[in-house]
Amino acid sequence: MSENVEIESVLRKKIDSGKKALVVYITGGLGNDWIQTMHSVIEAGADVVEIGIPFSDPVMDGPIIQMANESSMESGSTPVSILNDLRGESSAAPLAVMTYYNLAYRMGHERFASGLASAGISGCILPDLPLEELDAWSESASNSKIETILLAAPTTPDERLYEICTRSYGFVYAVGLLGVTGVRSELADSAIEIASRLKKVTSKPVLVGVGIGTPEQAVKASEISDGVIVGSAIVQEMIDSSSPEKVGELVSSFRNALDKNY
Amino acid sequence: MNLKNPNEKGRFGPFGGRYVPETLVPACNELEKSFIDAWNDDSFRKELDSLLSDYAGRPSPVTECFNLSSELNCRLLLKREDLNHTGSHKINNVLGQALLAKRMGKKRLVAETGAGQHGVATATAAALLNMECCVYMGEVDVKRQELNVFRMKLLGAEVKSVESGSKTLKDAVNDAMRDWVATVEESYYCLGSVMGPHPYPWMVRTFHEVIGTEARKQSEEILGTTPDVVCACIGGGSNAIGIFSGFIDSDAELVGVEPAGGAAIGRGVPGVVHGMESFLMQDEFGQVLEAESISAGLDYPGVGPEHSYLSSTGRARYESVTDAEVIDAFQLLSRSEGLIPALEPAHALAWVSREREYLTGKTVLLNLSGRGDKDVGQMMEILNV
Repeated sequence: MSENVEIESVLRKKIDSGKKALVVYITGGLGNDWIQTMHSVIEAGADVVEIGIPFSDPVMDGPIIQMANESSMESGSTPVSILNDLRGESSAAPLAVMTYYNLAYRMGHERFASGLASAGISGCILPDLPLEELDAWSESASNSKIETILLAAPTTPDERLYEICTRSYGFVYAVGLLGVTGVRSELADSAIEIASRLKKVTSKPVLVGVGIGTPEQAVKASEISDGVIVGSAIVQEMIDSSSPEKVGELVSSFRNALDKNY
Repeated sequence: MNLKNPNEKGRFGPFGGRYVPETLVPACNELEKSFIDAWNDDSFRKELDSLLSDYAGRPSPVTECFNLSSELNCRLLLKREDLNHTGSHKINNVLGQALLAKRMGKKRLVAETGAGQHGVATATAAALLNMECCVYMGEVDVKRQELNVFRMKLLGAEVKSVESGSKTLKDAVNDAMRDWVATVEESYYCLGSVMGPHPYPWMVRTFHEVIGTEARKQSEEILGTTPDVVCACIGGGSNAIGIFSGFIDSDAELVGVEPAGGAAIGRGVPGVVHGMESFLMQDEFGQVLEAESISAGLDYPGVGPEHSYLSSTGRARYESVTDAEVIDAFQLLSRSEGLIPALEPAHALAWVSREREYLTGKTVLLNLSGRGDKDVGQMMEILNV
């Protein structure tokens, strides 16, 4: 288990240098040039890229990522095709997938975990797999050196936060608000609150995601946390511009804002 | 002997569990505690019982179908859940959950609905208990069940049309869960079937056990013994588990009837969606397939985990019928007994009608889970009237 620390060590290095981490989510298989988008996002300063593997029933996702999911699947993407697209790519930053548990369940835990590893993926986020149901998957994940990143929510009681942090690898995903993924006009107070509650119980990197849609919100959300995860805003740009360069520019604006302030 | 309770992880054998986003885990824990507390509280039980009798009209009778029995060469009894207030069995569960929500201090009920029966029942309970109500319903269902949409609005509920995915019950559940994730502090998710994360499959079953308890006594009074066969339609499986619960320790053969286009047990394999591990229609990658059924209430690719368990142990068996067989059965019951069934229980009757040879000489208890008023418009189109 000591070896599956790629994401955590990359983030740690960043944080130890006094900077804030930026994790960027893109939808796998969205557009023919999505791999190019991934490289462009990394070039623009993402420390880790989350690849969303579309699922038919994404209950933790809001309208933007739902739309991207549907569009990716309509163009024929499958979990296998997305991992195949990644195989052989050498990415300059570690990758994690974000998807839903049934895809891992259906493929079989061992096969899914080793499939991720052989596609060059270091981490995995399954938002519908809480602590209580985690054991079977986490064993397979650690056999394949996959870091399973767990979510902590504003509703999570303190004693449970501690357990989540203990069992989360890579970083701890602090859900910034009560709600599903999406862009909001204001940063929720709960984003700061959950970050400070987590920082009290863990030395692992704590990143805030869900509801971070602008560079200003990213800066504010990083006050206490070690950085942010930006998803829907990026995916919206993928949908609107279909341009890896434009998506890269948007990521740069987040990167620059964070670097200027911290 | 009754149906077994799930284990502490909410599992019936290998099925069930609680696969929800972290945001909802504390809410599910709280719900489980509150339900156990309420169910062991005499005053809660008394309040629920009096609502069930004085408001919903329980007990519902059992009707022997003399005309149809002679046509089918069996002895057919119907448990008349269609006579409940709001027109289906759904009210049993909803009154229980709405009282529980009130007790938990929640002000708003969120629900999903397929045919609209659960939505109407939830809107009804919300009106009665002075709560806000928001019902998610797939766009396809909003169109084919417009009468129920209007009923919900009359009752003061907000109806949100769901335009994602298959635009039916599955997607209504997704949006109801998303709503709950965002409003978990003030809202109560009033799930409409024996599905979802623990404790829902167990709690919803418990609220529907009244069907089986009554039917056991009533059928024994009529037949002098328990029936040979107890059958019911299956979407998520709430009316079926309700009536099965009364006969689990009898010799009765328990038969669940799924729509051919939504046969989770018949055509599915185990999977995880909507918080539970259960049989699920899905592709080779684990993407959930869209169910296709004439009946909006059964248009669901999954099934409650306890049915997966009863199927795996062999205590119940699960069969499927086609839309065409359902259309015939709908008319058969209307003409022969003067009872217009909902399209959902018409599935169970379609199985009885098809299997008349096998059922010859047997006593059959069928759960008539709802009445067909809501389906008349759709049938007019289908029959080209």
